[in-house]
Amino acid sequence: MALAKTSQKFNSSISAFTIGTDDKTVTLGGENVLPFYTFDAPIENAPKIGAEISDLGMEKNVPGIRDYYAGAKDFSELAAKAAAIPGVDFVAFSLDAADPNGENRSVEECVEECRQVAAGTDLPLVIIGCKGTEKNEALFDKIADALSGRNVLLMSAKEENYKTIAASAGLAYNQKIGAESAVDINLAKQLNVVISQMGVKPQSIAMNVGVAAAGYGFEYVVSTMERVKMAALSQNDNMLQMPIVTPVASETWNVKEAIVSEEDIPEWGPQEERGIDMEIVTASACLASGSNAVILRHPASIAAISEMIRELV
Amino acid sequence: MALKGLDIFKLTPKTNCKQCGVPTCMAFSMKVAQGALPLEKCPFITDEVKDQLSEATAPPMKTIKIGDHSLGGETVLERHEKTFVSKTLYAMKVSTANDDAKNDELLGKVAKVDYDRIGERMYCEFVYVEAAEGENARFVDLVRKAAALDRDLILACSDVGLAKEALGVCGGKNVILMGADASNYEAMSAAATEAKAVLGVSGASLEELHDTVAALEKLGNKNLILNTTGANAKEAFRNTVEVRRGAIKGGDRTFGYPSLVDVASLCGGDAHKEAAYASLFTAKYGSIVVLTEMDYAKALPLYGLRQNIFTDPQKPMKVEPGIYPLNGADENSICMVTVDFALTYFIVSGEIERSGVPVNLLISDAGGYSVLTAWAAGKFSASSIAKFISEQNIEEKIKNRVLVLPGKVAVLKGEVQEKLPDWQVVVGTNEAVEIIRFLKEYQK
Repeated sequence: MALAKTSQKFNSSISAFTIGTDDKTVTLGGENVLPFYTFDAPIENAPKIGAEISDLGMEKNVPGIRDYYAGAKDFSELAAKAAAIPGVDFVAFSLDAADPNGENRSVEECVEECRQVAAGTDLPLVIIGCKGTEKNEALFDKIADALSGRNVLLMSAKEENYKTIAASAGLAYNQKIGAESAVDINLAKQLNVVISQMGVKPQSIAMNVGVAAAGYGFEYVVSTMERVKMAALSQNDNMLQMPIVTPVASETWNVKEAIVSEEDIPEWGPQEERGIDMEIVTASACLASGSNAVILRHPASIAAISEMIRELV
Repeated sequence: MALKGLDIFKLTPKTNCKQCGVPTCMAFSMKVAQGALPLEKCPFITDEVKDQLSEATAPPMKTIKIGDHSLGGETVLERHEKTFVSKTLYAMKVSTANDDAKNDELLGKVAKVDYDRIGERMYCEFVYVEAAEGENARFVDLVRKAAALDRDLILACSDVGLAKEALGVCGGKNVILMGADASNYEAMSAAATEAKAVLGVSGASLEELHDTVAALEKLGNKNLILNTTGANAKEAFRNTVEVRRGAIKGGDRTFGYPSLVDVASLCGGDAHKEAAYASLFTAKYGSIVVLTEMDYAKALPLYGLRQNIFTDPQKPMKVEPGIYPLNGADENSICMVTVDFALTYFIVSGEIERSGVPVNLLISDAGGYSVLTAWAAGKFSASSIAKFISEQNIEEKIKNRVLVLPGKVAVLKGEVQEKLPDWQVVVGTNEAVEIIRFLKEYQK
């Protein structure tokens, strides 16, 4: 029997989703095949990489991150440095300090930080909220206004707070909404449905379907992403065709493998290398399962993943 | 072509004798068609019929055994459909292209990574020994050195004479002979068969690989592994997907063999890129992934990923019940109790570690369920916690009498307090992310 190839080119496709303005835009999605299956049909928009910076400052125990951002005097310079990392497509700013259980930085301060970030780079922006869902409502409302016209993606609209965020950021200020759910295809779909019902166009929604570091229940991440893509492509489910944006770094730089010092477990070797590989392995597996964009921190991780994407697409 | 139950039913005696263990011949036929039972279970099926059917009822992908390892045998393309069967295995590469010092250094590192994660031994299963083009001279020596290690071997060598010589110094090891291609498959197959080695097959293109495998099968060798590494990463990914997809979705049994991807050859010595591609091919269909080096930086995330992807969704991952002292906890540190579901353990222990507060984490036997599920199933209750404390002699081992319950089972507090009157039972947080704040406040 001669070789008969099986193809999985679908009639439906992931919706194209654009952030940024002018000639500095980034488009996610648009493909009608599984991740990296360029042999079934061309992938128009390769997966993208965001460089994450935090308003709590950058990892002090990781020389490669600490030294790279050393000397940045304000958030604008931090953003400029993030944007300058080779392979970066957009800048993601995490408002970690706004967490009511942490530093509880005020909304006004956070808005000012975002203004600085926006002044520091003309690359597209993704704003990641804090852990407090209520705080994010107030934050995103003001930030959507302050960054109006920049066409930014505001991550982490959840079941508990999507109404305010969709009404304000999505409808009033015409920004993009990131719908965040916890590794379950039904929850992901439900959230897209209710946000759409408020009048936000499906093309203005991206999904964060949840993520874990490799080894920490990552099977749920793989299966959720794969099922979402299958439903989007093979069943033309337009409430699951939004591209997936995955904040990888915030998970991977928090697990034991990335934070235990070499003094504590000498046989594990340098902490920085463990953190980088945890970030790379998790990001690569997310992209293989269906993420259209990953958000990373370490310049070395960004280099490896961007080269992999370039070679595969 | 997969057979339907009805086609098989026509060939059974239709007597419903139950000797196969199934009530009716019809039910038996349906099970055979699904691959749930082998045809041989029916004592009345003649050899003639067996031959006729064996081709059609065989699984889409063969399982290849190498020592204690199984490769292949997969039946689905995505893990949520029906569990992946054989996990990806890893190899470290030595090559005659390196000088002796470099090879010795690498061989010295093979055994470095070896640890246990949730009951599974994590180590580099193979050493991949390569005869680089025009560098045959030191190959046999290198094989001899690699064979001295406690690992299975993959010999990459396309010269039949040299392969035979190298097989001769393997000393009864489990070997994959990665050497057959369109030009030498006949002789290479004979050499592998004689040495009881699994034969690795390569091809310049997918078509050539397919033709060579078909030719080897005709010679009767079905103990094969396919080298799907291409000239570059894009080709390697395509080959690996096409081979697996052809077998499982396309029903092409010629491609129904495990695959090997030489990631090291695609990355030019860039360790971070190797990590990226090792992850990609662990997620997507690499049965064996070859790396330059397996150090802890790569191993920790990769083996974690593999353990997740190849887990059986019907069997929850469990950690051993017991006392886990964290942050240097001793007998005077407080106790926090939770369930033995691996994910719960990792998340809770991670948060406790980040808090820096010494805590004795008590993992009780809860059937591998999460807190709420175990509680609902009666596997995490006041009695089970009290029983656990007495069975593990915790009152003798730990002097501190503070016991923190997960916030989600706050309802158990009264009952636990009643069963453990000497303890001060405290309700902890609902979510793991709040543990750090809880512990810091508690410390005050």
